[in-house]
Amino acid sequence: MNALWPALRAALIAAGLAFPVVALRTDLNMDNQLVLEPRWSWMLAAMALAFFGKLALGALPARKPKAAPAQTAEPPARTKWIARAGLALIALWPFLALFFAGPSGALKWIDNYGVQILIYVMLAWGLNIVVGLAGLLDLGYVAFYAVGAYAYALLSTQYGVSFWICLPLAGILAAFWGVLLGFPVLRLRGDYLAIVTLAFGEIIRIVLTNFSSLTNGDAGIASIPRATFFGLPFTAGPNGFAAFFGLKFSPIHRIVFLYYLILALALLTNFVTLRLRRLPIGRAWEALREDEIACRALGLDTTKVKLTAFALGAMFGGFAGAFFAVRQGFVSPSSFNFMESATILAIVVLGGRGSQIGVALAAVAIIGGSEILREFDFLKTIFGPDFDPTQYRMLLVGLAMVAMMNWRPRGLVETRAPTVSFGQARQIGADMVKEGHG
Amino acid sequence: MTALLRVEHLTMRFGGLTAVNDVSFEARRGEITALIGPNGAGKTTVFNCITGFYKPTAGRIAMAPQGALDTAAIDALTRSGARGRNGLFLLERMPDHEIARKAHVARTFQNIRLFSGMTALENLVVAQHEPLMSASGFSLLGLAGAPRYRRAERAALDKARAWLERIQLIDRADDPAGALPYGDQRRLEIARAMCADPALLCLDEPAAGLNPRESADLTALLRAIRDEHDASLLLIEHDMSVVMDVSDHVVVLDYGRKIADGAPAAVRADPAVIAAYLGVPDDEVAAIEQEIGA
Repeated sequence: MNALWPALRAALIAAGLAFPVVALRTDLNMDNQLVLEPRWSWMLAAMALAFFGKLALGALPARKPKAAPAQTAEPPARTKWIARAGLALIALWPFLALFFAGPSGALKWIDNYGVQILIYVMLAWGLNIVVGLAGLLDLGYVAFYAVGAYAYALLSTQYGVSFWICLPLAGILAAFWGVLLGFPVLRLRGDYLAIVTLAFGEIIRIVLTNFSSLTNGDAGIASIPRATFFGLPFTAGPNGFAAFFGLKFSPIHRIVFLYYLILALALLTNFVTLRLRRLPIGRAWEALREDEIACRALGLDTTKVKLTAFALGAMFGGFAGAFFAVRQGFVSPSSFNFMESATILAIVVLGGRGSQIGVALAAVAIIGGSEILREFDFLKTIFGPDFDPTQYRMLLVGLAMVAMMNWRPRGLVETRAPTVSFGQARQIGADMVKEGHG
Repeated sequence: MTALLRVEHLTMRFGGLTAVNDVSFEARRGEITALIGPNGAGKTTVFNCITGFYKPTAGRIAMAPQGALDTAAIDALTRSGARGRNGLFLLERMPDHEIARKAHVARTFQNIRLFSGMTALENLVVAQHEPLMSASGFSLLGLAGAPRYRRAERAALDKARAWLERIQLIDRADDPAGALPYGDQRRLEIARAMCADPALLCLDEPAAGLNPRESADLTALLRAIRDEHDASLLLIEHDMSVVMDVSDHVVVLDYGRKIADGAPAAVRADPAVIAAYLGVPDDEVAAIEQEIGA
């Protein structure tokens, strides 16, 4: 009986929520009039779901609040082997896809599941420097992605500069904009910092939309030169990549090349971040996250510390942007809206701020997860031909966020690894590590 | 003993409230100077002015980390408008991090401010940011793993190890600072400040919350810092046994004004201090109560 009341209450709440959204559906009839089409069965289904769901939750044994250990031992060798196996899988992914799906089917698996996920892994690793290490909440990270993309798009279409020169330039330009954003927000903390970075992201997008003479506005910049294999274009002609290596021409060559390019860029981001963490600059970022005032009392110029974090995070965003432009061959402001910033931040938060492996796993889960919804076409046989699983993408991401914040509020990987140790390094528990002031 | 810090006519106002009113004193090299006074006397405000966390409303704070304070040189520096030169600094003109880095004034906080999610060892390494940063050559040499950076890092770790041994925390070097007991955190914060190579170490209530045994350990540590590490100390303290035991020179503040300045024994006998801080004799309290009609 005790379990029934909460279940009934849940059902009532579900009824309240479902009544306006689910039960009342408006439609147009033949005379173009708005008619109300009630769907009581749907509402009852939602109520039943809430009722029995709550009942089932109540039947579960109560969760014991477990005391979080301040430290846990270094991951055992087994975890390292899993990480190595994962890296091997990533390195061989295009060939596995080719082997199992054939040349025509592999395109989707390499492009949508490989390149797409790796772009977000790289972006999230870049943002992880700012949010995870330095503890500065940046809601406008996509601005640097846009700067990188437009840098390559404009330099290549206007001046014919090659991708390999544009790539570092895009990173430098984005870093420059990162510093430019850094200056006004140096004094801001917390919510204020978040709002100003959010505004910065929007400013960049709106400037790209309205500065038509340079950026061609909403129409975007098309026919951006494709990437070449160090000068060899991926074309069918006699000067192409396939002809040079004596291969039969296939569009998959370019995709596989792009896959390894973004993999290399992402691994570079990871390598640099991991190395910087063990250098004074990285320790200063983490110290800034832990206590800014103590940093200043120890002679750390927090202005410089913040600016380097912004600049480095922005630089990797710029690299990813240049890659995005060369992969798509087309950029427009609509690719750089707030949803992108929110997605990247969600990946960082879900993965565990400051953790490289956790962030990579979260990118696979969120981006790969929403891509894999496309594969669920068989659900149409159950829910009817109008059912489109991809429409439920944000709903599922939201549910995942709510579930994570309940069960693992600090993300997939909660612990922090010390950057230096005298003996056996042990992971530091999440309850000790601060989240930064922004 | 020559002075290394000279505070002159320091005044700090917050709106209508004058927290520090025309306070002047000196801290001498190789000495432990104590700043005492009742709650709200302005001690921490003086600290915050010296360490640059507040910009004083008026007054001059001169600091000579290595050399001697020379009045003519201070006046010349004041007129020049510069922040510091030739090893002489005017702290009221400098931002907080420069005071720590250039004028070599380090501090601890009343409410401990350790990097709680970093290990004890990491805390001490962060404090050595400046030498490590210059050895890492804008992080590029460090990224490349240059021998110069590795040498600097080894030296920093050696220094951290020496301090951890000194404060008996070497066994907990790899534990997060936030997981240490309170007394250990206090000692670790002092060690962290010492890793920044200060000429003047400012301690804000280092004995607060310590038991008598820990207080005795702390007193020994402060003496060792003074005698072995060529650092002078300026401390705010409420624990009179610690103050009288360890300090060479005591400055007493009350309501933002300096009311006494001298050797511990002289200050303890000063009637103004007894009245303001150490406690007014009971018969005087009765007299005052009668006066105000309580």
